[in-house]
Amino acid sequence: MPETKMVNLTIEGRPVTVPDGTTILEAAKTAGILIPHYCYHPGLPVAGVCRMCLVEVEKAPKLAPSCATTVAEGQVVHIYSDKSLDARKGVLEMLLINHPLDCPICDQSGECELQDYTYQEGRADSRYREPKRFNPAEDFGGDVIYVPNRCILCTRCVRFMDDVAHEPTLNVSERGDRALIGKFEGRDMTHPWAANVIDLCPVGALLSKDFLNKARAWELDRASSICPNCTQGCNVIMETRENQLVRMRPRPNEEVNAFFMCDYGRLNYRWMNEKNRVELPMVRRGDALASTSWEAAITAAARVLNGKSVSVVASPMLSNEALFLLTQLMQGGSGVFRVTEGEEAPLPGVPDLALRRERAANVHGAEALGFKKTNDLFGSLKQGDVLVVAGEDLAGIDASALSRASDVVVISSVLPEAAKNASVVLPIANFSEEEGTVTNLRGRVQRFTQAKQAPGESRPSWLVLGDLLGALGKQSNFFLPSEVFAQLATSNKSFAGLSYDTIGFKGLPLADAPKSGPKTPIAVGAA
Amino acid sequence: MGYPHHPHQRETPILSQYFGDQEARTLDGWKKRGGYKALEKALGMPPGDIVNVVKESGLRGRGGAGFPTGMKWSFMKPGDGKPHYLCCNADESEPGTFKDRELMRWTPHALVEGCAIGAYAIGAETAYIYIRGEFTEPLYWMDKAVKEAYAAGIIGKNAMGTGKRIDVHVHKGAGAYICGEETALMNSLEGRRGNPRIKPPFPAVSGVFGMPTTINNVETLIASAPILLNGADWYKKMSLSSPKSTGTKLFSVCGNVQRPGTYEVTMGFPFKEFLYDLCGGPPHGRKFKAVIPGGASVPIQTMEEAEATLMDYEGFVAQGSMLGSGGVIVIDDAQSMVSVIARIARFFAHESCSQCTQCREGTAWTTKIMERIRDGQGTSEDLDTLLDIGEQMTGKTICVLSDSCAVPVASGIKKFRAEFEALIPGGRVHPVIAAVA
Repeated sequence: MPETKMVNLTIEGRPVTVPDGTTILEAAKTAGILIPHYCYHPGLPVAGVCRMCLVEVEKAPKLAPSCATTVAEGQVVHIYSDKSLDARKGVLEMLLINHPLDCPICDQSGECELQDYTYQEGRADSRYREPKRFNPAEDFGGDVIYVPNRCILCTRCVRFMDDVAHEPTLNVSERGDRALIGKFEGRDMTHPWAANVIDLCPVGALLSKDFLNKARAWELDRASSICPNCTQGCNVIMETRENQLVRMRPRPNEEVNAFFMCDYGRLNYRWMNEKNRVELPMVRRGDALASTSWEAAITAAARVLNGKSVSVVASPMLSNEALFLLTQLMQGGSGVFRVTEGEEAPLPGVPDLALRRERAANVHGAEALGFKKTNDLFGSLKQGDVLVVAGEDLAGIDASALSRASDVVVISSVLPEAAKNASVVLPIANFSEEEGTVTNLRGRVQRFTQAKQAPGESRPSWLVLGDLLGALGKQSNFFLPSEVFAQLATSNKSFAGLSYDTIGFKGLPLADAPKSGPKTPIAVGAA
Repeated sequence: MGYPHHPHQRETPILSQYFGDQEARTLDGWKKRGGYKALEKALGMPPGDIVNVVKESGLRGRGGAGFPTGMKWSFMKPGDGKPHYLCCNADESEPGTFKDRELMRWTPHALVEGCAIGAYAIGAETAYIYIRGEFTEPLYWMDKAVKEAYAAGIIGKNAMGTGKRIDVHVHKGAGAYICGEETALMNSLEGRRGNPRIKPPFPAVSGVFGMPTTINNVETLIASAPILLNGADWYKKMSLSSPKSTGTKLFSVCGNVQRPGTYEVTMGFPFKEFLYDLCGGPPHGRKFKAVIPGGASVPIQTMEEAEATLMDYEGFVAQGSMLGSGGVIVIDDAQSMVSVIARIARFFAHESCSQCTQCREGTAWTTKIMERIRDGQGTSEDLDTLLDIGEQMTGKTICVLSDSCAVPVASGIKKFRAEFEALIPGGRVHPVIAAVA
C-alpha cells in the first residue's frame, strides 16, 4: 500500500494527526469530539447542505463546513468558539421554525438528532411568530412513511437511494421553504434495502411502519447482536421492550455491512418472540411427555445416548459453541443440517454486501464444524441410532421419517410436531436469548449477545449441551460460553487463535478464511 | 419587447452600437459590420497570446462578481489531456438586469464569435450557451445565428478553414434564478437539479461533466472580440477612473426614471449624470429616493451615495454598494422602501434552491416578517430579528443567494430605518403574537 501522508493539526487545542484528505469532522472524531451535523453520513457522499457542522478555522475568511473541508497542515480549528456556536445556534433555530415540535407523539423522540443538538447548542426559545408550513404525511411504500413537517431536508435518504441502492426513488421536490422529499412517479420504497433511510433520517421524518407507535426510544433495552436471517451476518442492535423484540437496526461494521441491513433481515424478527415454546425439560413417561427437573432430564438424556451411535440434525441458526458441543456428542455419528433459501439481493453501493440466498446465520460455522448440508435430513440415519434434533423445527417432515431411530432427543426451543415421540426434550434459548458466535459466509466469526430472557426454564444451548456431555463423562462443565469457545479454538484448526476477547464486537475471520480487504468506503464527493 | 432608444451622445456604444439594426442580426449583415474578423485573427494566434491580451486589457467579468477574465482563462491548463469546456452564462436572471437579453436579441453573432474566441483561448472544443428559459426571443436569434455560423463553416469541425474544432450549443434553461449561479448552471446543463455545488473543486478543475470549465457572462465574451481587434491598450484607455476597471459597461435601467433602457458607458462615468442626464431623471413631480445599482442582490444606495458614485467596480463599493450585473433599479419618493424590499425578499424566498438551511428557511422567514411589517403588523423586535437572521444568512451557505436576500434587507433597514419604524408603531398586534404573549 502506498504510504499515506499524515497531516498534523490542532482541534480545540488538542493535537491531531490524521491521513491527508480526512475531513475536519472525521479528524475531530479522533480527538473525541463529535461536531454536530445532519446531512453528513460516513456511508454517503458529502452534500454539505445542512450547514450545521460549521466550525471556525483560523486564517479562513468564513466558517468552514467541517464535513466538506479537508484537513491542512498546521490548521487550527475551533469548534466551540463564539462564532461557530452562534452559527450552529442559528441553523438550529432555522431548522425548528417550520418543525412541528410534536416530540410527544413522534417515534424518533429520544433518539432524534434535532432534539439532541437543540438541547446541546440551541436556543431556549424561538423568535418565529409566523404560521408554520404544513404538508400531509405520505406513504412511501415498503416499510417507509414520510412526515414532511418534521423533515429538515438533509437529503440523506435521497443520496442513499441514488448512490448506495443505485435505484433513484426519492428527490427534493419544489424549492425554497416549500421543498420536501418527493418520490419519483411510479417508484416506491420497495428496494430490498430501502428501509435503511429510516435509520439514516436524523429526525422523525422517515418512520418505520413496522415500529410505528410501538415504543418510546427510552423504553427499549438494546443488545449487540448479529442478524440471524442470512449468511451475510450483518451486525445489528436488537431492541426489546418488556422482553419482546420490537426492532432490529444495523450496527456499523465496515468489514461486513457498512452501516446498513436489508429489509428482509430487519423485519424478520417476530419468530424470536414466538409463544409456542417448550418451557420445561420433559422426559417420556409411557405415552406422554412429562415435565421434570433439569437434573432428571439431563440424566435421562445421557442414559439414552450412552454408548449409542448418534445422528444429529442441527439448525444452522445454532451458535458455533452449540454446534461444536454437538460434534462432541456424536461419538462418530453424523451431523446434518438444511437451510431455507431465497433470492439474493445485493446492495450495489457496498461491495460484497447482500441479502444472501441461504437464510440462516451459521451455515458456514456448521460446515466448518463438519456438519453436512442436505435436503434429506434422515438419509444417513441408521437403524437403531439415537437421533438428536437440535434447534431444527422439522417443518414439512413426517414423523415416520424418524422411525429408524431407537430414541429421539430434542434439544430445541420448540417441540417439532414430527418429534412428538421424543424420549427427552431439553428446552433451549433461541438466537436472541443467549450469547455465542456465528460464522458468516466469508468465514468471519462474530459474537452476538443476549437481547431478551428465555421463557420458563429454558437454558442456553451451550449450557445444556455442556451439562449433557458432563453427564456422559466427556467434558467438565462449562460456566461461560467463552469457555466453550476457548475449547473450540484449541480443538479446531480453523478457529485457532480466536477468543471472545480478540473477536470483540467487530468479529475476526477464521484462520483459513479467504482474505478480503476492508470494504472500500462509498465514493465520497461523487454526484 | 420594445425597440432600443437612440444612443445618447454621452454613451460609448461599442457592444451596443448595432442595437436596433435589423441587418446586424444576420450573418451577412454582421460580416458587413466587421463581424468574425476578431475570430479570424484569434484563430491565427496561439491561445496563450489571446489570454495575455485579455489579461492586459483589464477586462473583468460582467456577470456580477467582476473576476478578471484573463486570469480566469489562464486557470485552464493546456495539455492536461482532458476535454475543456466553455460555458456562456446567458441565464441573466438577476432582477432589473436585461443587458444580455438586448445583446443576444440584436447581435447574436457577436456572442457566437465571443464564444468561439473564448473556447479557443481556453483550449475547449465545445462551448455551451446556457440561455434563460424565459428568453424566447433571444433564444430564437441565438439558434438562428448558431445555425448560420455552422452553415458558413465559421464554427464546427473546421472552424473558418483552420482545421480547429469549435462547437457551440445553445441550451435553454427551465427558468430558475439559481441556474445563473455558475455551479448550479453546470448541474442544470448536465441534466441534474440546478443546485449549486460545494467549492472546491472550482470549475476550472472540475466543472461541467467533471472536466475543466470556464464560465463567462455574455457581455464578457462579446467584449473579447473588440479587444482582440483593437488591442488591450485601446480598451484600457476607456476608463474615466480606476485603472482596475476598464472598457465600457452596459447598464440596464428600470424603475422610476424617464427613459429606462440599456445604456453603454465607459467605466467611471458619474452616476449622477447617468441618472439625470442619460436616463432623464425622475418622473415629473417626483424625486429619486434610492437606487439598487447592480441587480436586486446588491446593497441599496441612498441618493447621496448614488450621486457621489463613479460607475465602476470600485466606485460602487466606495459608495456602499456593488456594480453587480449592472441592473440599475431606480426608486422614487412615491415608493415605500419596505414594500420594495419585501418584494425583493419574496423573490429570493421563491428562488432559493432549498439546499442550505439558512437560505431555505431564512429567506422565507425574512419575507414573512417583511410582509408583516409592510402590512402594518410589525413589532418593535422585528427589525432586530431581521438583522440577526440576515447575519445568519451571510457567508455561511454554499452559494450567495442567501447573502443576496440578506443584503437589501440589512442595507434597507440601515439606510431607511425611519420608513420601517413609521410602519411599526400603532400597527395592529399580529394575532399570533397576541396569542403567544
